[in-house]
Amino acid sequence: MRFLISIISIAIFSFLAGLYLPWWSIAIIAFLISLLLPQHPAKGFLVGFLGIFILWILLSALINSSNAGILAGRIGAMLSVGNSPAIMILVTGFVGGLVAGFAALSASFLRKHDN
Amino acid sequence: MRVIPFIVTVAITGVLIWFLNKPIGEKIPMPLGSFLSPQTGFWQNAEDTSYNFSSDLHFPELKGKVSVYLDERLVPHVFAENDEDLYFVQGYMHARFRLFQMDLQTKAAEGRASEIAGAKAIAYDKEQRRLGMKFAAENSLVVMEKDPNAKKVYDGYTAGINAYIHSLKQKDLPIEYKLLNFQPEEWTNLRTALLLKMMAKMLSSGTERDLAYTNLKSVLTNAQINAIYPQVPDSLVPIVPKGTAFPKPVAQLKVPANADSAYFDNKTTATAFEELYKPNRDNGSNNWVVAGSKTESGAPILCNDPHLELSLPSIWYEIQLTTPESNVYGASLPGSPFVIIGFNDSISWGVTNAQRDVKDYYAIKFRDDTKKEYWFNNEWKPVAQRIEEIKVKNGATIYDTVAYTVFGPVMHDNNFVDSIAHYNALAVRWVAHHTGDDGSTFYKLNRSKNYSDYVEAIKTFECPGQNFVFASKSGDIAIWQQGKFPERWAGQGRYVMPGTDSSYFWPGFIPQPENPHAFNPARGFLESANQRPVDATYPYYIPGSYITPRGIAIEHFLSQMNGITTRDMMKLQDNYFNVMAEDMKPMLLKYVNESALNAAAKKYLDEFRNWDLNAAPESVGQTVYQTWMDSLQRGIWYDELSKAGPVVPIPEEQTTMELMKKDSTLLGFVDDVNTSAVETIHDQVTLALNKASETLEKAEKEGRLQWTKFKDVTIYHLLGKTLMAFARPGLNVGGWNNVINAVTKSHGPSWRMIVQMTKETEAYGVYPGGQSENPGSKFYDNAVDTWVSGKYYQLWLMKKEEEKDSRVKWVMQFNNI
Repeated sequence: MRFLISIISIAIFSFLAGLYLPWWSIAIIAFLISLLLPQHPAKGFLVGFLGIFILWILLSALINSSNAGILAGRIGAMLSVGNSPAIMILVTGFVGGLVAGFAALSASFLRKHDN
Repeated sequence: MRVIPFIVTVAITGVLIWFLNKPIGEKIPMPLGSFLSPQTGFWQNAEDTSYNFSSDLHFPELKGKVSVYLDERLVPHVFAENDEDLYFVQGYMHARFRLFQMDLQTKAAEGRASEIAGAKAIAYDKEQRRLGMKFAAENSLVVMEKDPNAKKVYDGYTAGINAYIHSLKQKDLPIEYKLLNFQPEEWTNLRTALLLKMMAKMLSSGTERDLAYTNLKSVLTNAQINAIYPQVPDSLVPIVPKGTAFPKPVAQLKVPANADSAYFDNKTTATAFEELYKPNRDNGSNNWVVAGSKTESGAPILCNDPHLELSLPSIWYEIQLTTPESNVYGASLPGSPFVIIGFNDSISWGVTNAQRDVKDYYAIKFRDDTKKEYWFNNEWKPVAQRIEEIKVKNGATIYDTVAYTVFGPVMHDNNFVDSIAHYNALAVRWVAHHTGDDGSTFYKLNRSKNYSDYVEAIKTFECPGQNFVFASKSGDIAIWQQGKFPERWAGQGRYVMPGTDSSYFWPGFIPQPENPHAFNPARGFLESANQRPVDATYPYYIPGSYITPRGIAIEHFLSQMNGITTRDMMKLQDNYFNVMAEDMKPMLLKYVNESALNAAAKKYLDEFRNWDLNAAPESVGQTVYQTWMDSLQRGIWYDELSKAGPVVPIPEEQTTMELMKKDSTLLGFVDDVNTSAVETIHDQVTLALNKASETLEKAEKEGRLQWTKFKDVTIYHLLGKTLMAFARPGLNVGGWNNVINAVTKSHGPSWRMIVQMTKETEAYGVYPGGQSENPGSKFYDNAVDTWVSGKYYQLWLMKKEEEKDSRVKWVMQFNNI
């Protein structure tokens, strides 16, 4: 349960922070949420990763579908990952998830003695 | 707490963020984290395909209300109550849809490309500065701002652009800013002047070959140079119909006493002075107008297609600009107010480039290496120094001191010269350095009601010289080649001139009323296609880089046509007939020695023999022809001309053809001087096809023998080949620079327009691009396929009472509070 709440909280608060703060606010949010709702390090990375992976995939997939994939295909070709919006969506989610995952994992290690 | 894992993971997080927060390199020049974030990065540029462009905006700068109706192609129909508001909104719309384009082009014009592109653009920036681009813009600006009405217009336009820039958040920036990691810069009236100077450079700065001709004097005589680069081609069909009488000039021009020794026969070379960024030789255009006597409707039809570099976004932006006093529709240039090519309720107009040479070089003798004084009229005269500061992205700032003489800026000096060159400094005199408010011509054209308004509007236009074609609803047709053109004695400015006294100054300028023009000719049509404007009876020496064939083709078709419709005009703009080849084909077939051809060449000769002379997309004959011609041109000319250095202009194909008709030795140039044998035209034509067959065989193996595949027409993004993902490659279009539909590799008709001046104007137009510069918008390239297939959109000069028309898709309301 806490696992799910963590993921959802990270996604929601990162979204709100992203309206005003730079992109790396996802790391701060993932860190703070994991500090408030501590996880075992084994799951620590996963909550951060999934929280942002899901958020960024959701946001970019929504944008992409109303854009009919015009831009994501071009950017994919530009970055040499292929003219495919689906790949660009996954790349987006993965990069964001990676940053948030490590931030959340850091918090787990900080709170380790509580468990 | 687990200290070590904590420190390690915090460090990893930190390094990840650091890495994703900085530019990664050439291939990925942007910070990837911000770029990928769906809330700040490129996803924010992915425009909803059903995006609602309607909005309600408030700007205290406005005097009244302005309504902008956007149609289904995103063309804005702007209705304002006064001029200032009108141009405010034009500026806003340009910035809204073309901000990066305007910003980049004017920065590049000013010689500031290195701020965006880094060290690789330093040479480009130096050339812009040494040519005096900003100096020229500053001079124009003084005139533009002197007239209070003009100043209001330019100020309004600038304010509109800035109003849009100020409304932007980081996430709203055009994607190129995110890619290249920089910020848009405030607009100024100077930047508008710079944009017009960019056009001047594009169209009137590659039209001279003074330095190359100067070098050619070391291997050829003045007479030979005149013969292979003739002033008046034999086959010329001029813009002003032949037989028109010209008034004799008042004064006989005085040739300097020492001209033969110090100028015409002076063999001093200038080998090191190669211009790095020559404007493309394919810049050109067609326009023509037919009178009511030749049309089905009885009303004139005006046509124009300017051939420029094709790019995404396009150089043009369509717009309608309406106030209670004026109502105009057409193609505008983002970065400048007004409609540049278009029509209003009474007239229509179009432009092609005059191709006139308006730039000369003078050899400067500096007193010493400080370059602070130069020898002029028997004394050491001080230069005006201008210190150019070139800021470089990720690099140290470069300083370049440019000396200004009575002639103009010293473009080349010992920073560029090798030790064998004799001239150690060259100053450039260019008409664009000192012009007035050329934009006022378009302000007035937008409001012209008849022929005399049009003449009044264009007569102050100075640079780049243009052929303004005209038609009115009252039935008049006309054309003027308008610009500020130097008066020169015969041969003046063909080569580098002595710059030690005033005897080689231009004697003056050709009086404006004597500029070539024609009005309502009996034959019922006029055309221009970058050819020499007049035949040899015109009393002035007017060098230029003229292009002859398209004019011949247009004249050939128009003279035969009657009962012309707009559909016929569309077909003519899309015409693929290769008029050069019509003359060349029989000669090539006559001179080729079939028995000396290799097997492949024989096969291609058969293709060529059966060719219908059309440069159609699927044509193989055109590919064989052009490859053969390229090979023949090299074979005939290169052996002699290359002795003058690597950058010699090969004579025009047209000249080769004309000489070949008269003299099968081409004045002796047919012989290859590098062999002991004496080659004949048979040998050269045959050898050329044998050599061409290697290229052709290679192309055939790759499946690229069809003309469209061989040329591989591509419209690049403004950032060029580095950004192929934003380009449109492999477009299925034929044509060539000597064909009416003048599409080369990435050059061609950048705007096609046809206007029939019936009571209710009937107009068509298309440009290869879209109204939006955003590659994430469906309006980025929506018109490319229409353009490729030779189709048009009907242009809608909307009336205010049509605001409920189904073509209006969105409405932007601009309010003053």
